[in-house]
Amino acid sequence: MGYVAIKGGNIAINESINRLKFERLKGEEIIEINRIKAGMRGMIDQVMSEGSLYSEDLAAIAIKQAEGSLEEAVFLIRAYRSTLPRKHYTRIIDSCEMFTERRISASFKDIPGGQILGASYDYTHRLIDFDLLDETKEDCLEWLESFKSKNSIQWSDTNLRQLPKVSDYLRKEGLIKSCGNNDKEPIDITKKNMEFPTERSERLQILTRGQTGAVTSLGYAALRAYGALHPTVGELRIGSLPLYMQNPLNTADKDEDNYYIGDIRITEVETFIPKTIDKKQGKKEIDFEIGYGICYGQNETKAIAMSILDQCLETGDINYPTHDEEFVLLHIDSVESTGFISHLKLPHYVTFQSKLDSFRKTHKGERYDEDKL
Amino acid sequence: MKISYNFAFFDEGSKREIRRAALKAVAIPGYQVPFASREMPIARGWGTGGLQLTLSLIGKDDVIKVIDQGSDESVNAVNIKKLIKKTTGVEQTEKTSKASIIQSRHRIPEVPLNEEQILVLQVPIPEPLRLVEPSEYKTKRLHAENDYSGAWLMLFEQIMKYGSMSTGADHPVLVYGRYVMAPSPIPRFDNPKLTCSKALILLGAGREKKIYAVPPYTEVVSLAFDDYPFRVESFENKKCRICGATEVFMDEIIDEKTGMASYQCNDTSYCLKKLNNSADNQGGDISERI
Amino acid sequence: MKGFEKPVLEIKNLNKQFGKGCSDCCDINEKKLEKNYCPECGTVYACQDISFELYGGEILGVVGESGSGKSTMMKCLYFDQEVTKGEGYLSSYKDGLMNIFNESSQQKRYIRNHVLGKVYQNPMLGLKMNFSSIGNIAQKLIAAGYRSVRDMESRGIDLLNHVNIPVFRMKEPPKNFSGGMQQRVQIAKALSNNPPVLLLDEVTTGLDLSVQANVLDLIKKIQRELGISMIVVSHDLAVIRMLANRTIVMLDGRIIEKGLTDQILEDPQHPYTQQLVHSLLV
Repeated sequence: MGYVAIKGGNIAINESINRLKFERLKGEEIIEINRIKAGMRGMIDQVMSEGSLYSEDLAAIAIKQAEGSLEEAVFLIRAYRSTLPRKHYTRIIDSCEMFTERRISASFKDIPGGQILGASYDYTHRLIDFDLLDETKEDCLEWLESFKSKNSIQWSDTNLRQLPKVSDYLRKEGLIKSCGNNDKEPIDITKKNMEFPTERSERLQILTRGQTGAVTSLGYAALRAYGALHPTVGELRIGSLPLYMQNPLNTADKDEDNYYIGDIRITEVETFIPKTIDKKQGKKEIDFEIGYGICYGQNETKAIAMSILDQCLETGDINYPTHDEEFVLLHIDSVESTGFISHLKLPHYVTFQSKLDSFRKTHKGERYDEDKL
Repeated sequence: MKISYNFAFFDEGSKREIRRAALKAVAIPGYQVPFASREMPIARGWGTGGLQLTLSLIGKDDVIKVIDQGSDESVNAVNIKKLIKKTTGVEQTEKTSKASIIQSRHRIPEVPLNEEQILVLQVPIPEPLRLVEPSEYKTKRLHAENDYSGAWLMLFEQIMKYGSMSTGADHPVLVYGRYVMAPSPIPRFDNPKLTCSKALILLGAGREKKIYAVPPYTEVVSLAFDDYPFRVESFENKKCRICGATEVFMDEIIDEKTGMASYQCNDTSYCLKKLNNSADNQGGDISERI
Repeated sequence: MKGFEKPVLEIKNLNKQFGKGCSDCCDINEKKLEKNYCPECGTVYACQDISFELYGGEILGVVGESGSGKSTMMKCLYFDQEVTKGEGYLSSYKDGLMNIFNESSQQKRYIRNHVLGKVYQNPMLGLKMNFSSIGNIAQKLIAAGYRSVRDMESRGIDLLNHVNIPVFRMKEPPKNFSGGMQQRVQIAKALSNNPPVLLLDEVTTGLDLSVQANVLDLIKKIQRELGISMIVVSHDLAVIRMLANRTIVMLDGRIIEKGLTDQILEDPQHPYTQQLVHSLLV
């Protein structure tokens, strides 16, 4: 034995990394980045969202490098993100300016501008399509050709760049209270550590970076039993938002001086959550609160769950863990949770030796004898 | 899109931010300074707090030593060293006395440190009150209001339950008479090395996003009761089977055949140094004995 | 006689409101709100101009329906909540010269740990349910500066004896205990640092009648033997009648009547107090 326990770490690690590369390559196939970008949309969206960095190329490389393990890919993206100097913030965007691809409301059938189903898994039958086994590039191109010719006709005259918000409509009708703009500069959680109690800007950032599964699970818990919420999706939209940056040389705050720096594709959700408000002399009134969810790419479940949690954390009812900001915000980050759990694999020899010493001291010489058991 | 990384991984702005937090930590001994912890190329919980400190401090002339659980060759130490090498190219050493920055997990080296050195400790859970109070909001107030009854209560409970204090590692300490601090999971054996250390000791918790410090020559006292004094792990009558050292922290080695326990230095670099010295004197071959 | 004695605790014009207030309710004295709640902005005026004195060795009763502000007042006294405005003087803290509500949070913590004891209605708030009972008591002792395990253990055993908890159960956590026992552990903890003032908030509410009587007897015994001044809050006039020398009656965040308990029971002045006393007699 001797030094075996501690020597040779270097060689072992190198061999382990080689082994890992072998696992990635042993199928003797290379998956190109553009194929990942073209065919793994859901993965790319999720990695960008949890990685908190909008770049399909980087997400695709990360997915390739991580052999499709999402926690690993997110990790790569986040670590890379740490090396990027942050020099500018984009201007505030009104999400009405979204170029909308999909937009639904579960609250009203006839919303101004109409419902747009867009691309969705919602109404597919989850039957494995065995034809995909031998799908060819020719099939693909042929299908695309016919799809495009059918879709060249403009079906409606709706302006997809200026769809009104359902919540604005409700405000106009006086069904929900209008609220003023909160123009307070948001806190950048990647520059300043959160302090409790948090501000909403911090909460929304943590939620939108949250691990999809974790956000979904906690949102589900709030919906099912631990939060007494009964939300309705007021509006869910998916589309591209243009981003602008202030001209750094021209500090005069004029919109026409802004630089357009590109589009991001996002999912945005507003849920309506009924709240009973106590009024004078035991009278009660129902008001609607709005929960907000947003994330990169198309990730509808996460965005809806986020909107539920947003509202939960606004309310902060001490009876539910889903309303406890420390409980929710400190535990949903992918890099943090996977990191700390995986650190259990690290050697703990010294700590264990100390524990052993205490164990012996407290047992004062008595032993668990195998014969006795 | 070929991209290469900056010296020491971070952009310079990030390094400055982390150094500012470290400076504040030095100014308020034992106080946990919150900082915007970055995601690192190694996993949270694997030493990202220590690594961020190291990378923010390191210059081209530094000599780095990394140990994990007392060993320079442990997988995680090797891994961190590789990353530092890859992003900085600075010189590395296993000799404690030669290093200018020593990043360590779970141990303080046996060789006394000097004023030119910085010891960076990796911390998994920086909050000494976390076991009694899960809420960060509340523990922050307890620190501010100097109420550490919770930390003492943990020790009291151990005495009630087991008849003695049974903290393994991470036995809480009082720094400069003000802040109670988690010294990271170093064994109790290393706690006395914290007080009036000649080297600056920085502690970094990446996942929990805190940096704190024991500045040089600062008094650090392990919490204990008047009638239950603080005691380090006992290695009485035990000596290292390789170098013969006594009064150091030792690993217990069980012989697979005989089932007999023997002991050897946990600090491998110390062991090697001691062995070399005696080998010089006697002319023996070290490798045979190892 | 009492007039010449310096009170142990003196509270002057304690106010506590929840919410910012609006133009409709801010000047509450002129525009009497129907209750202590502003229907416009939702602000609750939980305590309004509460003033009283507590003298050495006496038990002061505070009675009122739920929502009358008595528990909020207790929270303010123990710094569980911050007062909106008001003054408080403790004779055993800086000779009663400093307004305790204006002290720093560090000093407030000191007062809590050294000068006050509180027993909550809900033992979960006063005790760490998973720690040993003796540990719960020790925490308060540690906070008050004890550093000897032996001293704390013997003090803890004394206190547990005092509240009739068998010593062989001292290492058990309160979660194993019945409600009455938990309350007694809480009392032992609150008493541990010999506080000149003990605050008891609805301590018998929710307990069986026989257990209630048991706890009330214990409180009386402690007061007799240790001479600690106490404020006892209850919605139950029977509890107040049994314990309190003097009583204040609260309604909608205000004190509507105060005096010797016997006097209030025999000759209530305010219609609400009359109703309360009447219901007790029925």
